[in-house]
Amino acid sequence: MPFNIHDIAVLLPENFLLGATCAILLIDLFLKPSQRAVTHWLSLASVVVTIVLILLDTDAAPTAFNGMFIHDGIAAVLKVFILATTATVFVYARGYLQDRGLHVGEFYLLTLFATLGAMLLVAAGSLVTVYLGLELLTLSTYALVAINRDSALSSEAAMKYFVLGALASGMLLYGMSMIYGATGTLDLKQIQAAATFASGGAENHQALLAFGLVFLVVGIGFKFGVAPFHMWIPDVYQGAPTAVTLFIGSTLKIAAFGMAYRLLEGGLAGMLSHWREMLAVLAVASLAIGNIVAIAQTNLKRLLAYSTIAQMGFLLMGLLNGTPSGYAAAMFYAIAYAITATVAFGGILLLARSGFEAEEIEDFKGLNRRNPWYAFIMLLAMASLAGVPPLFGFFAKLLVLKAAIDAGMLWVAIVAIISSIIGAFYYLRVVKVMYFDAPNDTSELMLPKDLPFRWLLSVNGAALLVLGLFWGPLIAWCYRAFGLS
Amino acid sequence: MNSWLLSLVIWLPIVGGAIVSLVGNARADTARWLSLAIAIATLIASVPLLTGYDASAGTMQFLESHVWIGAIAANYHLGVDGISIALIALTTFTTVLVIIGAWDSVHERVNQYLAAFLILEGLMIGVFAALDALLFYVFFEGMLIPMFIIIGIWGGPRRVYATLKFFLYTFFGSIFMLIALIYLFMHTHSWELADMAKLPLSATVQAWLFFAFLAGFAIKVPMWPVHTWLPDAHVEAPTGGSVILAAIMLKIGGYGFIRFSLPITPDASQEYAWVVVAMSLIAVIYIGFVALVQEDMKKLIAYSSVSHMGFVTLGVFISLALVRNGGNNEAAYLGMSGAMVQMISHGFISGAMFASVGVIYDRMHTRMIRDYGGVANTMPWFAALWVLFSMANCGLPGTSGFVGEFMVILASFQMNPWVSAAAAFTLILGAAYTLWLVKRVIFGAVANDHVAHLKDINSREALMLGAFAAAVLLFGIWPAPLTHLMDASIRHIVDQLLVVKAV
Repeated sequence: MPFNIHDIAVLLPENFLLGATCAILLIDLFLKPSQRAVTHWLSLASVVVTIVLILLDTDAAPTAFNGMFIHDGIAAVLKVFILATTATVFVYARGYLQDRGLHVGEFYLLTLFATLGAMLLVAAGSLVTVYLGLELLTLSTYALVAINRDSALSSEAAMKYFVLGALASGMLLYGMSMIYGATGTLDLKQIQAAATFASGGAENHQALLAFGLVFLVVGIGFKFGVAPFHMWIPDVYQGAPTAVTLFIGSTLKIAAFGMAYRLLEGGLAGMLSHWREMLAVLAVASLAIGNIVAIAQTNLKRLLAYSTIAQMGFLLMGLLNGTPSGYAAAMFYAIAYAITATVAFGGILLLARSGFEAEEIEDFKGLNRRNPWYAFIMLLAMASLAGVPPLFGFFAKLLVLKAAIDAGMLWVAIVAIISSIIGAFYYLRVVKVMYFDAPNDTSELMLPKDLPFRWLLSVNGAALLVLGLFWGPLIAWCYRAFGLS
Repeated sequence: MNSWLLSLVIWLPIVGGAIVSLVGNARADTARWLSLAIAIATLIASVPLLTGYDASAGTMQFLESHVWIGAIAANYHLGVDGISIALIALTTFTTVLVIIGAWDSVHERVNQYLAAFLILEGLMIGVFAALDALLFYVFFEGMLIPMFIIIGIWGGPRRVYATLKFFLYTFFGSIFMLIALIYLFMHTHSWELADMAKLPLSATVQAWLFFAFLAGFAIKVPMWPVHTWLPDAHVEAPTGGSVILAAIMLKIGGYGFIRFSLPITPDASQEYAWVVVAMSLIAVIYIGFVALVQEDMKKLIAYSSVSHMGFVTLGVFISLALVRNGGNNEAAYLGMSGAMVQMISHGFISGAMFASVGVIYDRMHTRMIRDYGGVANTMPWFAALWVLFSMANCGLPGTSGFVGEFMVILASFQMNPWVSAAAAFTLILGAAYTLWLVKRVIFGAVANDHVAHLKDINSREALMLGAFAAAVLLFGIWPAPLTHLMDASIRHIVDQLLVVKAV
């Protein structure tokens, strides 16, 4: 296979981010702990520049490195939002980490490497690239979860995450090896051509392909955290420092969508009728388990964890449609969820102070009396997660419901709406605590001094409402990425 | 041609409400005057709708259409006919009175309270003006958030239970409607209500859609047996919340039947009209009996609302049966007009009743009937108005309550005398529970010291109740402007009922 120098240029954003990360790695070595702000701003700047590079990218090459790397509109959209949520994480996390003595260079570097992995993952054109991107992403994240090494809870969460994540990666790899065995190629495009049950395909390897598919779906299910592969989600969400939970809860979801799309549509589109049924079962199980178990939670981070499980069930409804408009709906959902999740976790970070995590629902009691504006922001986040119009989350749900009905899976849509009514109850409970209960502590809310954080959180929260009214451009962008009008 | 008037009427209160919420908690008076000004401005802005509407045409007017979400063909499409205009005018009128009514009775977080009402007003007007199903749904569901907050923050002791029940109940109903709308969209590729009405649908599909719509609107009306959220919500809601809930939000259910169920699923509506008629009659009679035994004034009026709203659904579905089965268009028209007049009239009467309860509640801080007695001795002006509203609630000729109920009963007689007899029974029941309430609260000897120290209504309360009284009397004695406004639109709807869509 010939090496083409132009391929490097196609990967310009990735290369830039890699270079910048390595540079920050070196620079951070020579910084005193008091100068950590330099790392912060450099990381933020490199992420922002990478976004700009992607947006300005006019290179027409469809792939690079012999099809290992896909360079299309879908990857561009996903990368932009992966980077944007990462930038948000940096801004939100700073004060929180400083308060806890966790404001170390490693946080930025690991996050940047994880982001790089996510970028690679969503642009993967080969099973190798998928695995490479995934491991770069998840290995960095394991370490991030354990970044507060003195906390037993964090260490336990990291351990669980690592063991289960490694298991999932193993499953994925096993499935990939079967697919490779059946089709004789690692390239997803060639797999797509070969892996079909129709005649002329790899008809002699149907059993092998089917097994491979099952393992791939299991691996994808683990990364999404959909039931029954959701066990790690609540513990990791609760155990990880909130700043890291924020990253896992937003950026990783977009990356997981990218991975699922590349593997299922990019590789195994010919087996749609098989994986569609599997995804439908996973979706229904997640919707039911996530929403019902969330009712019993008293810890907001755990509540959001179970909420994530249910929300990913919704996302799968878009994927199981199996047409470009369904994928666009699922991508829109992933983005909408990530934006909403940053607001919800941002709210937790806002209330957290040194020695106080603000992660119990009780901690939000009477927030409206203490600070109406941020109570309103949290209200928007909760209403958006519950799917109440005119908020952003409603329209994302609308599109995936439409995708499921389009695919002829009305029963999945019915389960989804019934579970979303159950879901509305616990989201409303958070609103109830903020608005209707008397605060334990009636003093004015002590806001963090970090102004960029507060401003960005306000903009982020208001965006849920504004995007709810004007989501046309965003969905149009998603549709364009999938080649729809 | 684009008119901007409807957008103005929708967005003025919403933007105004956002501004009021920013005024801050400390400057309550600023918030009060500002929101009153916004509400009055909205009322004034809605006047050109009344004067500029060509009532003889009966079509959608003041049309405004912009592409909203091109990717899924959703439009920001507004337009009103006579029925919508009447309901919009009711909304803008009532909101002004609610804000006046809240002047002295709400002291906690005034700016948020008033902002919630203004935003709610805009959203409700949006519901009445939307011609795009998705836009309708967004307004329809968006209303839940401000109402959830209104009941939850400023409500009574069991407010959290009541408001969660209210929210989940209505959310549950409307989400089935959403599935129905998505299904329709997939076949029309358009969210326009007019396109959905034109789509031919098989009888089975229509039946599913009909029941999906029924779930959404029956809960909103509310019809028996899904009415149980309403008494709780009314009892716990602050006065203003009860007034808006009874006067306008319930009407959205009845409005939805006319805009969705009848045009989109006419054949299923015909086939299952008996279900709705039966539910309406049970509401009218059974809930009437339930109202009789209530000890809480607000609960009594809430049940009375359910009973009276039964007339609206009865009128709508009876006219359908009349057109379809007998070709009796004139009677059908009468039934439909009766239902619409009843919607508007009940808006004024129930709003007035809840506002009145609010007036004495502010003084006594109890809603229990047994705590009152002989209020007429200490509050003669209040007693006079309360008796007027009660008479209207019984459907006394000369008040607006009579007109609608009479028309519905007349129409139902032509369908089946037994239905009409059952419906007419409510006149007795309604008189029984209302007059008994009046007897126990207003008349008789002064019951206790608290009543003895009551002060009569002040000028602010007199203004609020007087405006309601004027409306009740005006439409009772001279309903012509109202029926003229809606006449052609109702004929238009009745004509549409004849179109058979089943394939």
